[in-house]
Amino acid sequence: MFSILAVDDSPSMRKMVSFTLTGAGYHVVEAVDGQDAFEKAQTEKIDLVLADQNMPRLDGIGLTRMLRENPKFKTTPILILTTESSDQMKQAGRAAGATGWLVKPFDPNRLIEVIQKVIR
Amino acid sequence: MAEVQGTGGGADFDLSQFYEIFFEEAGENLDQMEQMLLSLDLASADDEELNGIFRCAHSIKGGAATFGFSDVAELTHHMESLLDKLRRHELQPAPAMVDVLLESADASRNLLARHQSGDTGEAADTSALVRRIAALAAGEVPVASAPAPAPVAPVAEPDFETFDEPPAEPEPQAPTPAASESKSGLRSLEIHVGPLERPEQADALRELFRDIPDLGTIESLPSPQADTRVFAVETASSDEDLLDLFIFHVAKEQVRITPRQASVPVPAPAQEDPDEVEARAAAQRPFGFFHDAPGSPIASFGLFEGAPGVPEGETTTAVSAEPASPAAAPRAGGAAKTGQTPLEASSIRVSVSKVDQLINLVGELVITQAMLAQNSQGLDAALYQQLMSGLADLDRNTRDLQESVMSIRMIPMSTVFSRFPRMLRDLANRLGKKVDLVTQGEATELDKSLVEKITDPLTHLVRNSCDHGIELPEVRLANGKPETGTITLSASHQGGSIVIEVRDDGRGLSRDKILKKAAERGIEVSDQMSDSDVWGLIFAPGFSTAEQVTDVSGRGVGMDVVKKNIQSLGGSVDIDSVEGYGMKVSVRLPLTLAIMDGMSVRVAEEVYILPLSSVIESFQVEADSVSTIAQGSQLVKVRADYMPVVALDKTFQVPRTGDAREGNIMVVVEADGSRVALQVDELLGQHQVVVKNLESNYRRVPNISGATILGDGKVALILDTGGLVRRARH
Repeated sequence: MFSILAVDDSPSMRKMVSFTLTGAGYHVVEAVDGQDAFEKAQTEKIDLVLADQNMPRLDGIGLTRMLRENPKFKTTPILILTTESSDQMKQAGRAAGATGWLVKPFDPNRLIEVIQKVIR
Repeated sequence: MAEVQGTGGGADFDLSQFYEIFFEEAGENLDQMEQMLLSLDLASADDEELNGIFRCAHSIKGGAATFGFSDVAELTHHMESLLDKLRRHELQPAPAMVDVLLESADASRNLLARHQSGDTGEAADTSALVRRIAALAAGEVPVASAPAPAPVAPVAEPDFETFDEPPAEPEPQAPTPAASESKSGLRSLEIHVGPLERPEQADALRELFRDIPDLGTIESLPSPQADTRVFAVETASSDEDLLDLFIFHVAKEQVRITPRQASVPVPAPAQEDPDEVEARAAAQRPFGFFHDAPGSPIASFGLFEGAPGVPEGETTTAVSAEPASPAAAPRAGGAAKTGQTPLEASSIRVSVSKVDQLINLVGELVITQAMLAQNSQGLDAALYQQLMSGLADLDRNTRDLQESVMSIRMIPMSTVFSRFPRMLRDLANRLGKKVDLVTQGEATELDKSLVEKITDPLTHLVRNSCDHGIELPEVRLANGKPETGTITLSASHQGGSIVIEVRDDGRGLSRDKILKKAAERGIEVSDQMSDSDVWGLIFAPGFSTAEQVTDVSGRGVGMDVVKKNIQSLGGSVDIDSVEGYGMKVSVRLPLTLAIMDGMSVRVAEEVYILPLSSVIESFQVEADSVSTIAQGSQLVKVRADYMPVVALDKTFQVPRTGDAREGNIMVVVEADGSRVALQVDELLGQHQVVVKNLESNYRRVPNISGATILGDGKVALILDTGGLVRRARH
């Protein structure tokens, strides 16, 4: 069973993502911001990270950068959820080592589709 | 890629189960945004604050779009765009921006409330707000009459919605005329991609056009070089948007977009109405805040070429990722300033009814414990040593448990205080006054039910201070005061009660005016009255010192109602004032309504509880100090004062067995500023009692405010001292 770390500072989004992924048979670890996610990533087995970009304390790109420094997360897929589809944002995502991006709002089915593309 | 669906995208997903969480969260975000906007220092806006406000709008937008409340998503999207420019320092914060953002927050609240109540009633039209925000975001100085923009498409009902067609939006500025723009808004472009190590990478661009609805059409053209691909594209999207999409397949530097004369104009699909195409094109022109509008047809996800974690064969591999300068992504330093800890792990939400049930159970436990304590009093401590020590532990634990449970219902005063900055800001603006609000002791906690009940009286007091207290700036200057008045709200614990003060440095109360007014209204007054008695006059029903009725005062709530409401909570109000220097209103309240310090008294075989807060003194009375006057009412002389006597046995018709003499103990109680002496047989003691509501369990009884259960299991009635005093005085 794959474990997904779902990071979002919005409780309703977190609940929805978690519900969607659990329903699709994934194990979900929730985190309320990048810092929280980084701490949880140290102790949990994580197969994929799904992180919102805009969060207090540590944003999605910052989290990506920190995770990539750890050999354990060298190849873990990291998807950044964002409402910004700006070039700058994507360049930064790519430079930080993100696997890909997903635009909000997304439909639950779409989310599952994308995740199935990167973990099977 | 399939059509992007909004709500109800998949039949197997019911998003409505998350609505409540979202409404609550959005409400919190809006409140927080409002507070931060109000405390924003326009001259030197702090990055942290701007980021915080931006994040609030951003969160609401994300949730609203996800859950299909497109009207909220659209409005907050515009707010977010403006805030984004502010936090990137592309614009300087201005009062007009704060105004429009506050109004938009209000409008969002209303839209959300409408969704929450099942989309009943007419949705408010937010197009004017959107126009104002857009104008400010475009760097325009607000003008009174904005040019009439294109009408905004009505917001569709959110039960069924797709995000693939944003409402046509007004354009705050003329679009840059794009090359070879045809009448339909479509542009013909020639796109060169290369040089590429593996030219087939560029084929991914064709898929983009296939997958993204309304992006346009793409056709391959013969290419001069082997490592380059050339395409003919018809699209309404801007070059930037196209580059944004292509970047996931090919590096930006390898793409060259040039206008091209369409030899054969590509016809729009048959069912397309030219107007629609025009509207859609308008919605996709390169404005910073349209190209990512909720529902814009953009690729909804992408994988970076060669990024870690991309599975084999999912995308074509290894393009030399050009060294990208790490963009300055906004890094919020922490939630310190937002006053909201993001860590949910430290708190949980529990419904009030569960807490109330817990309180009731603890109440029962307290009663049982009291009964055990009372029944064990006669036992021999030596024989029952273990039982006695167990009971002592039970006593202590019960008390601690009760305190902890009570504290669950306690919420900080800041929940009340936080509504005032906004209210005062609007009020002061309307009255043309300058007012600063200072709050102290916001962390002081009070029972939730009291907080709810005290909000209205406090609101009235703050309004009064602003309306009648604080003078107009020119008047203040003429009197040698700073032109900005100050209203101070403070809360503090004093003993077992909480004291909330509303102070202002305004004109204060005028003795002469009040006396004159009272005389006009036929209230008996004299010039010898003490100040505090004179101030007390403003609590008389219908008494107002306002020289003209403004729309602020005269809202049907006078000081008399304020006082009555506070007294009904077991509290009291005091006024202190110095003419020309201001006024202070102190409200004293018990911390909770569920537990009360009481004094138990015996009348014949009955036990009654008096609220300790209203007991002044008690004494044994000599028969000769009680005099009977007209209609059989009695007065008792206490030192130099005469006060009415209320014989409780007569009031409650307590049967007296033949030889029992009537009581000779008087308990002086005070309510509404007047005192009466209650005649009782015996004082039994003081203890904390759990107040039970009589009305909900039985019915309303005159002179009784509630009931409690004594240690021996008997019910004792709690006296309504206010009622008794009123009855004796009139």
